[in-house]
Amino acid sequence: MTQKTHEPGADLPLQHQEEVVIRFAGDSGDGMQITGNQFTHTSALIGNDLATFPDYPAEIRAPAGTRPGVSGFQVRFGSSDVHTPGDQPDVLVAMNPAALIVNIGDLKPGGVVIVNTGQFTENDLKKANLAKNPLSDGTLSAFRVIEIDINKRVVEALKGTTLSSKEVQRCKNFYTLGLMYWLYSRPLENTQKWLEEKFAKRPELAEANKLALQAGFNAGDIHELFQGRYEVAPCETLPKGTYRNIMGNDALAMGLVVGAKLADLRLFLGSYPITPASGILETLAGYKNFGVITFQAEDEIAAICAALGASYAGCLGVTSTSGPGMALKTEGMGLAVSVELPLVICDIQRGGPSTGLPTKTEQADLLQAVFGRNSEAPIPVIAASAPSDAFDTAIEAVRIAVQYMTPVILLSDGYIANGAEPWRLPKLEELKPFPARFLQQAPAEGFQPYARDARLARPWVRPGTPGLEHRVGGLEKAHLTGHISYDPENHEFMVRMRANKVMGIRDSIPTPNVFGDSTGDLLIVGWGSTRGAITSAIEKLRARGMGGRKVSSLHLRHVWPLPKGLDSIFGCFRSVLVPEMNMGQMARLLRSEFQQHNIISYPKVQGLPFRTSELVAKVESILEK
Amino acid sequence: MPETQTLTKKDFKSDQDVRWCPGCGDYAVLNSVQGVMATLGVPRHQIVFVSGIGCSSRFPYYMNTYGFHSIHGRAPAIATGIKTANPELSVWMVTGDGDGLSIGGNHMAHILRRNVDVKILLFNNEIYGLTKGQYSPTSPIGLKTKSSPMGSVDRPFDPVSFALGCGATFVARTIDTHLKHMEQVLLAAARHRGAAFVEIYQNCVIFNDGCFDGFADKTVRDDKTIDLRPGQPMVFGKNLDQGIRIEGWEPKIVSAAEAETWRSDTHSGGPAFVMSQLDADPAMPRPLGILRDVQAPIFEQSVHEQIVRAQKTHGAGTLEGLIYSGETWTV
Repeated sequence: MTQKTHEPGADLPLQHQEEVVIRFAGDSGDGMQITGNQFTHTSALIGNDLATFPDYPAEIRAPAGTRPGVSGFQVRFGSSDVHTPGDQPDVLVAMNPAALIVNIGDLKPGGVVIVNTGQFTENDLKKANLAKNPLSDGTLSAFRVIEIDINKRVVEALKGTTLSSKEVQRCKNFYTLGLMYWLYSRPLENTQKWLEEKFAKRPELAEANKLALQAGFNAGDIHELFQGRYEVAPCETLPKGTYRNIMGNDALAMGLVVGAKLADLRLFLGSYPITPASGILETLAGYKNFGVITFQAEDEIAAICAALGASYAGCLGVTSTSGPGMALKTEGMGLAVSVELPLVICDIQRGGPSTGLPTKTEQADLLQAVFGRNSEAPIPVIAASAPSDAFDTAIEAVRIAVQYMTPVILLSDGYIANGAEPWRLPKLEELKPFPARFLQQAPAEGFQPYARDARLARPWVRPGTPGLEHRVGGLEKAHLTGHISYDPENHEFMVRMRANKVMGIRDSIPTPNVFGDSTGDLLIVGWGSTRGAITSAIEKLRARGMGGRKVSSLHLRHVWPLPKGLDSIFGCFRSVLVPEMNMGQMARLLRSEFQQHNIISYPKVQGLPFRTSELVAKVESILEK
Repeated sequence: MPETQTLTKKDFKSDQDVRWCPGCGDYAVLNSVQGVMATLGVPRHQIVFVSGIGCSSRFPYYMNTYGFHSIHGRAPAIATGIKTANPELSVWMVTGDGDGLSIGGNHMAHILRRNVDVKILLFNNEIYGLTKGQYSPTSPIGLKTKSSPMGSVDRPFDPVSFALGCGATFVARTIDTHLKHMEQVLLAAARHRGAAFVEIYQNCVIFNDGCFDGFADKTVRDDKTIDLRPGQPMVFGKNLDQGIRIEGWEPKIVSAAEAETWRSDTHSGGPAFVMSQLDADPAMPRPLGILRDVQAPIFEQSVHEQIVRAQKTHGAGTLEGLIYSGETWTV
């Protein structure tokens, strides 16, 4: 190993950049998700604001070197507020021809592409279905190309170790990461520490990966590949506080734990593994010391039913899933509506219909969540808008479930679930308790399981409470007594009662704030994970001036029932634009609720989030009319 | 106020009118269960009856305990949630051949293999009653019903073999018309620690009347059934003069003196499985009684033990510890 006595690259000019978008792309087996996550984590720790977008195939290992096997991880990090992972990468790292060809179309014109030439043999080109070598056929003429034989470099770096040649090649991603750390002036310590912990039982692997990381870092100036290095200073505009980097599924899981604590309940998760929701089950399974019970059920139906049984027994029942699982849970949700018990149903949406695009994002379960049950079965629906927001939204879901004795659907999506961002941790005093109240003894007028409080919620009785034995079930119940009733008048009364209870939740939710001017030409209304792209678009549009036209935005956390006050807000704008990753479901919902407003749908169903540039162009085209 | 332990059968009757068909076998089971519950020394408020959908699943409404009448086939999942959430409760599940073995067969398999401490009463009448008479997964081949006018071509399940195959730790069978036997079996199920599966042959007077008469009728019962009692010789017949021995892979009818002693706790479930299939030979009696009774780790106990262990190792989780975990930085 070459030992440098001075900081590598110190002679090269250091250029300051406001923000950078890097996409790491390689084969599914190349460890690109780890590379991306490490880069993200280190960038978060040095104080950048950031957003990430992992994009990987549903196949665990598609045939090596093929286009379907390409796994990507995009990270945008900056010195100012970052709302999205960025439209186009500034830098593309391509570990093989398939990764290059699949991703090159997204690279910003004039962008940098770092190519592992060690993986560009005839055979590699053939696996990627390439007749010609893109390194020499002009494909890359619009970009700055940095060619490195990483396969060879990593062999050199690990000469003398006991690793097999296969194991040596597995260290390529850390060599690459080291090179990117050098290029963007990031410290190695965080990743070195991570490697030591990750490979605590295989210290030779920890050592080899650390060597590869260091070799990649040193390579930056030894090999004179680059004319300069970059620095992206910490973001100074982030609100003061303590931060950590968080992924959406983890934030959601933590929010559920905190919500249960605030409700003074034990959390019971019933779940069946499904992409992209499995992370919630896995994270909660690690929170046993918080008293959390996780039950990996035999199927989606058992998962929701066990959770409902746990709620009946006095726990906070939660189930987590994605679209196909939602479909299976439908009957269980209807039962939860009928027995009026708290239950949180987390739907981490993915592309559909059917199995659809398991690893890609979509927001097309909205109408399923709001209306998708047999008969009149109202359930409140709320949606997380970003990885860190999943924490707050989960707490809000628990609050509504417990205070209103109702199932609540919490919508997230694959983009939020796997995306990461810095999260300003809440101060404990900001978390307001909402303890669940169990009926302990019969009131003076006698115990009635379907009596109502001011919120129209029925009493919650833990089995085990003497004197309050009662039966619940899916048959229609008589008002107050809860006895089986087929009485026509009672049925309509109970249908209205359940609907009124859910609509009454509006009394406990705030009217959303308008971002930008309170009156204007266009109001962008978003829900769920479109928030980042919409915020970025509004910032861009307002910065451009728009020739006096005014564009604002509003984001809905409570998607059903809708908060009060929307009618008058919409009335202050000429049009309302609803971008969403479906065929216009929220637009349809808003049109049915607010017929008098001009509501324009902007659908995108590609399994990909909106780009800021797409939204900007859409708004400009509307305003030109 | 905790109840004293001097409960009577009457204490377990709810204020709801029982609405099964006159002559339905369910009445006898309800009566037996109410009688057995009074002897268990468990206060009513600690008991939960859970059911799915079907005639038998109305059961919880008639028990003056906690009760949850759920959705078709899902009672095992609901019961698992209840018992895991609060292991102190005595959880009973009532289901039928359609609810428990057809639409809910998957959940039944899993509650048994997990060994959740729930007492499961499966009322088998070999027919769909509440939907008015279609063949069920236990109907014999050839049964003519509304949905099988030329006779069913489905090979049926044997519920006891099914439960044994799922690794159930307690498996028994009884008959609605044999009250004394039913009470003994229910008591043994109640005493078992872990999942207890009891198949109850239950006559449907409307859609499948007399389907068990060939062995369950009082005039033939002694000769056509054998009551398997752990630790007792396998004998049957009006005068208890016949016996069963398992020779090689086949059970054989022998004299009472040569009868083998029945063991429900063998290491292998093999003997129980062989006996569960006894009546595959029409000359053999129908096996009743306790086919299997073994101990295994109980699901909900293991769940809570892990929680206790995690809290011992990591300390009870606090909000601060949760939120301020991982690597943080300050702006």
